[in-house]
Amino acid sequence: MEWINAIVQGILLGGLYALFAAGLSLMFGVMRFVNLAHGDFIVAGAFGALLLFERLGLHPLLTLVIVLPVMAVFGYVGQRLVLNRVVGRDILPSILVTFGFSVILQNLMLEQFSADSQRLSAGALDTASFAIGTLSIGAVPLLMFGAAVAVLGGLNWFFGHTNTGRLLRATSDDGEIIGLMGADRRHLFAVATAIASAVVAIAGVLMAVKTNFDPSAGPIRLLFAFEAVIIGGLGSLWGTLVGGIILGVAQGIGAQIDPGLQILAGHIVFLIILVVRPQGLFPKQKG
Amino acid sequence: MPVSNTDAARIGFFLAVLIGLATGPYWADRGTMRLLIEAFYFLALAQLWNLLAGYSGLISVGQQAFVGLGGYMLFTLTMFAGMPVVVALPLAGVLTGLLAWPTAMVAFRLSGPHFAIGTWVIAEVYRLSFAQISALGGGSGISLPTDIVRGMADGRAARESMTYWIALAIMLAVIFGIWVLMRSRVGLGLGAVRDNEEAATSVGVRTVRLKFGVFVGVAAMTGMIGALIFLQKLRITPEAAFSVNDWSVLVIFIVVIGGIGSLEGPILGCILFFVLREFLADLGSWYMVILGVISVGIMLLEPRGLWGMVNRKRRFTLFPITRQVDQNP
Repeated sequence: MEWINAIVQGILLGGLYALFAAGLSLMFGVMRFVNLAHGDFIVAGAFGALLLFERLGLHPLLTLVIVLPVMAVFGYVGQRLVLNRVVGRDILPSILVTFGFSVILQNLMLEQFSADSQRLSAGALDTASFAIGTLSIGAVPLLMFGAAVAVLGGLNWFFGHTNTGRLLRATSDDGEIIGLMGADRRHLFAVATAIASAVVAIAGVLMAVKTNFDPSAGPIRLLFAFEAVIIGGLGSLWGTLVGGIILGVAQGIGAQIDPGLQILAGHIVFLIILVVRPQGLFPKQKG
Repeated sequence: MPVSNTDAARIGFFLAVLIGLATGPYWADRGTMRLLIEAFYFLALAQLWNLLAGYSGLISVGQQAFVGLGGYMLFTLTMFAGMPVVVALPLAGVLTGLLAWPTAMVAFRLSGPHFAIGTWVIAEVYRLSFAQISALGGGSGISLPTDIVRGMADGRAARESMTYWIALAIMLAVIFGIWVLMRSRVGLGLGAVRDNEEAATSVGVRTVRLKFGVFVGVAAMTGMIGALIFLQKLRITPEAAFSVNDWSVLVIFIVVIGGIGSLEGPILGCILFFVLREFLADLGSWYMVILGVISVGIMLLEPRGLWGMVNRKRRFTLFPITRQVDQNP
């Protein structure tokens, strides 16, 4: 029974990992760009929620009303002003610039919020749970999983049914040709980053409610997001959900064997899948 | 086309610096020597990372894997196999190189930015694995027994001088090794791979084998440096051994600020890094913010770093490796 419980909790945790991964996957898909500060932006979103909760007394989930648009605008402007300058065939500048951002952001948060571990309380929601047979499923993990399905479904619909979505897919297929067709590549890149940042905001706020976090918690989130993307296969949004679930279940089973093995088990399952099936489970584009 | 290296002024400059550094134990106090040892191993790590990222297009954020492995190998070989330190030190490098082999087989399945994060994941796997080994102290680490340290040389001063010379020798071997490598066929091949992998393959450069060899070789040297670092520290923990902040962030900042893709850049970056640290270390996390802002600014404005700025007009070079067309055939 404990094992089944560990697996179910792992599946639900996979939803949060899919939310971590969706932004990373989207940015790589559209502009072949990997943001090494991705995890730190998630943590920044969590601290944003904490700040609003403490200062304005907003309910943790309601902080999204402010955190989400702020991060989306920040993403758009950041892409236009800085990141567009380093997107290109040479991947070195983009990796090193975002790596620099990661260190800057971590240390700014450390200066502002100290190294203390933080957590946001969502009140009664924290302890609410549903019983299915002898299984007890928490409301927060269920909410996270539902949010992941809704976000991924929404993104899929957006890419399939809207004009901007189709343009972004075309940019993903060939970013240089799209410029010849009269589309503004710099704007499209910034739109992609804005959407990714909005997803990061959702992931950050939900993470703040689900787990403890501190200013140095970003890099490990980047690694989880990356693992979910690679397991799922590049370019597949639903793939990242499967990737997140596999990672979550691997960690759940690892923790069940020995609490010290939780993170290690996830990494090892990732490496095994990388060796056995380097293109991931549902690949749609090439690296 | 041979490149000119018979510049008398340059040779004189190298000799003066060499003699100055080699006689360090005779003129430097203990604090200065510790600082110099640290500068030597940071410079060696920076040059090795630069060989990967700047010359071979392999951008790794996981070199702490090999620093940590080297450190743990030294402790294992001296404590459990009873080896003397001078034997264990190079052997730690060799063993780290052997472990880099399977590591590379996994990491090379990823390319570009994914390779960078993949190497980081693998370094985390090593960190978490060593935290599980109770014979090596698990998560809380282990100290080097005093009889092993005493066995190195008679007396504290002799021991510190020996550590100093080993560090200096490793740094010089790394710098001149890379210089010789870059002037050889291998260097030419690496440059071609970095600039355009497909084109390089089409003219007969064996790209995968070349990259693989460089990655494993760099890992072995990094492992030896890791062994030296923890020989000096006398204590090892998984957190310190596989620290991304110490062995990747700082090293990458040194290379980026000094100038990626040149041998002079990391030297300049290393000097600047230690000078800044002397003045700004009290600032704590603001110091890291400043380093981060400088390195992001440099990537955006002058990707060739400080060396690129200094050297924009004059084509002066300490370590000539670029091939030039002979004007007077």
